[in-house]
Amino acid sequence: MSEAAQPAPAPRRKRRRWPLAGLLGGVLVLFWLMMALFGPMVAPHEAGRIVDMDVFTPMTAKFPLGTDYLGRDMLSRILHGARYTVGVALLATLMASGSGLILGMSAAVWGGWLDMLVSRCLDTLSAMPSKMFALVVVAAFGSSVPVLVLSAGIIYTPGAYRIARSLAVGINAMDYVRIARARGESTAFIVREEILPNMTGPVLADFGLRFVFIVLLLSGLSFLGLGIQPPEADWGSLVRENIGGLAEGAPAVLMPALAIASLTIGVNMLIDNLGGFRRRAGGEG
Amino acid sequence: MAALLEVSGLRVTARDASGGEVTIVEDVGFSLERGEVLALIGESGSGKTTTALALMGYARGGCRIAGGSVRLGETQILSLSASGLRALRGRRVAYVAQSAAAAFNPSRRIMDQVVESALIHGTMTRAEAETEAVELFRALALPQPYRIGQRYPHQVSGGQLQRLMAAMALITRPDLVVLDEPTTALDVTTQIEVLRAFKAVVRQRGTTAVYVSHDLAVVAQMADRILVLRDGRMREVGETARILASPEHPYTQSLLAAAAPRPHGDGVVPEEAPPVLEVRGMTAGYGSLTAGGAPLITVLRDISFSIRRGAALGVIGESGCGKSTLARVIAGLLPMAQGEMSLGGEALPPAVEQRDRDQLRRVQLVFQMADTALNPSRSVGRILGRPITFFHGIKGKECARRVRRLLDLVQLPASVIDRLPGELSGGQKQRVNLARALAAEPDLILCDEVTAALDTVVGAAILDLMDGLRKELGLAVMFISHDLHMVRAVCDEVMVLYAGQRVELGSRASMAVEPWHPYTDLLIRSVPELRQGWLEEAAAVRAPEDAARRTACAFYNRCSVRIEGICDRTAPPVQAVAKGAEILCHRGEAELLSMLPPRRRHAA
Repeated sequence: MSEAAQPAPAPRRKRRRWPLAGLLGGVLVLFWLMMALFGPMVAPHEAGRIVDMDVFTPMTAKFPLGTDYLGRDMLSRILHGARYTVGVALLATLMASGSGLILGMSAAVWGGWLDMLVSRCLDTLSAMPSKMFALVVVAAFGSSVPVLVLSAGIIYTPGAYRIARSLAVGINAMDYVRIARARGESTAFIVREEILPNMTGPVLADFGLRFVFIVLLLSGLSFLGLGIQPPEADWGSLVRENIGGLAEGAPAVLMPALAIASLTIGVNMLIDNLGGFRRRAGGEG
Repeated sequence: MAALLEVSGLRVTARDASGGEVTIVEDVGFSLERGEVLALIGESGSGKTTTALALMGYARGGCRIAGGSVRLGETQILSLSASGLRALRGRRVAYVAQSAAAAFNPSRRIMDQVVESALIHGTMTRAEAETEAVELFRALALPQPYRIGQRYPHQVSGGQLQRLMAAMALITRPDLVVLDEPTTALDVTTQIEVLRAFKAVVRQRGTTAVYVSHDLAVVAQMADRILVLRDGRMREVGETARILASPEHPYTQSLLAAAAPRPHGDGVVPEEAPPVLEVRGMTAGYGSLTAGGAPLITVLRDISFSIRRGAALGVIGESGCGKSTLARVIAGLLPMAQGEMSLGGEALPPAVEQRDRDQLRRVQLVFQMADTALNPSRSVGRILGRPITFFHGIKGKECARRVRRLLDLVQLPASVIDRLPGELSGGQKQRVNLARALAAEPDLILCDEVTAALDTVVGAAILDLMDGLRKELGLAVMFISHDLHMVRAVCDEVMVLYAGQRVELGSRASMAVEPWHPYTDLLIRSVPELRQGWLEEAAAVRAPEDAARRTACAFYNRCSVRIEGICDRTAPPVQAVAKGAEILCHRGEAELLSMLPPRRRHAA
């Protein structure tokens, strides 16, 4: 029994440094999440108040990001807008990934006609161009926060479903799931204990990616004037309403665009490095 | 005369997870005369493949040849440039990999791939190369040597593909051929044909070869000399006959001991022991049921057997014979279509959903691949704790105590409780796998190839453990295996499956006595024996001809004693023979005894 007698190999790997890009992405995402929650509290001015006689002013000590086309403080408008951009996108992503995960798992575990039905329905949905679908919905029901959340959530459900289903189908065929079935475990237990924990990594990565897509979709809609309606504004509508300042090089048009870029790049960097974080967590488990 | 190949002080290093360098092959040196065959033997991780690849100046990803020299003829291989290496590989040194199925391009004809290296290196014209290839096909005993080149890889069998890959390697008449476990993935009955073909072609052409393997019995047939590797270091090198007869290094001795497992126990089970599981007329398969009540694709046909308390039943057969399906059917994962099962005298419902918790507890499964049988995101403690809680309703401290006792039972330290499966070695994982089955306190454990993925020495330790547990706990065990040695060593009864039918069922003692069913006979003859010259003595096997044809006796196409007009028309009857076994055959006992070639007995 030499193999059992020897001390179990201790693969506790040396702690590697946290991936810098992942850390940076995490800080960016955390910053925007905080701003979405507390932005209005730290904002120096009210979002809608005209505080300066001059429009499209450059950066000054008084208005760090300048003023917009009506002379409102840009910094305050971006901080207020974070709630719409981050909040609506987050809700829509939760909805898309959540329903995709539930449907995908059900299809994989039960299979048969349920799998067939759900897969074909969602295939039909994903055959529609996402922007077109959003435009039609907004045109039909008018633009409001619930309509935006729902339509973005529905548009991105098929993708999340595809990923979750293929992961679950693969895991469902593993021997440890068979053992659990042969033990007579309930389907709920098998899903919760055997399948779900082994798909968190890819599902989280997918969640991040989907969040980025939805931010871009919503910003696009707002830029077209179909998103959040004035006087409220998310970052997409901030870009649109200040587009006139582009010729003057005003920060009012650049800054909201930068905010969108920093959020999406931050999320991307975070999810790209999720694997690294997860492996370390596993090593310590 | 200077040696053709000379290796000295070879050192290969690899980069580990934290970026440090670890040495995986250290100070390996040997020389090889023209026409000699050297075997590199060792367990997985011993560095045998790494050494063999270094002979082509190649190191796998993450590895680096850090020192030493490899001289082939006048060429120093390790100091060659990239273009020099390209000119060398496939021309002067050729490689035959383990899995031919993965090495062939499925979308090109076999001939195009076999002659490819000759055309790349410009050693022959296409016409010459094709003539040479046909010559090689004939030397390798491939059927229809003129036509086989026109087929695609999926149209020939695994054994044929392995021989075709040898042809691919030999087409340029290389100075040196490296064969990396070329028969490991094959069934024994196929392996013998491939080995015979390899040996003939090596003899005929005077090929110099390095043969990498973990199987001493195979190596004994092929090699002139053996080099034993462990942990990247040379342990022993010498003539094959000398190594087999008087191994010097203790590791070589342990390898030899593990290759010829001694019988466990006395093989006698008290007759009065009640049967744990009884199976009558089991038929199972996939797809919807046909009019006769049998499934569309029948995997198992009319199987009957019983396992007594404390007994071990071995189930043996080649890949695709339905032996793994048998375990799934008994466990209820694939409900049988026809037949009856009873567990401890009570009828056992065919499907998992219909069984009560106690019935579920009494039958447990252990799978072959411990890697996929353990949930990678759950700790060992949780994996073992679940069946204890599920079947016995025990939680908390008492559960933790039982987990520790289980770990003790399978000889693992209590410190592994918090580990994830990915942090354990292969043997340790298989022990956890076993402990999970034991946690339910079952009456019967179904073991599906539990040692197939493990090294010989580790596998022997697991079998020892199983044997001890069987005696201690009075467990009944069903061992499913393709390894006749292993089954004969640990089982009290042996069942031989062929194409889903039970062709023979008898006690262990009866498996050592003739007559056998013609398929059992073939199987026994095909297992390489640990002595030189076995391959030459072994009788030629009838190649399966026209395998697509369905016959009443499934073995008809390969049978050496078939009766035409009867065996292919009428289903064979079950007959009891005097040695205490049941055989599915038309031939009578006396006929089988006189017609099958007598087996040479030898001292071992």
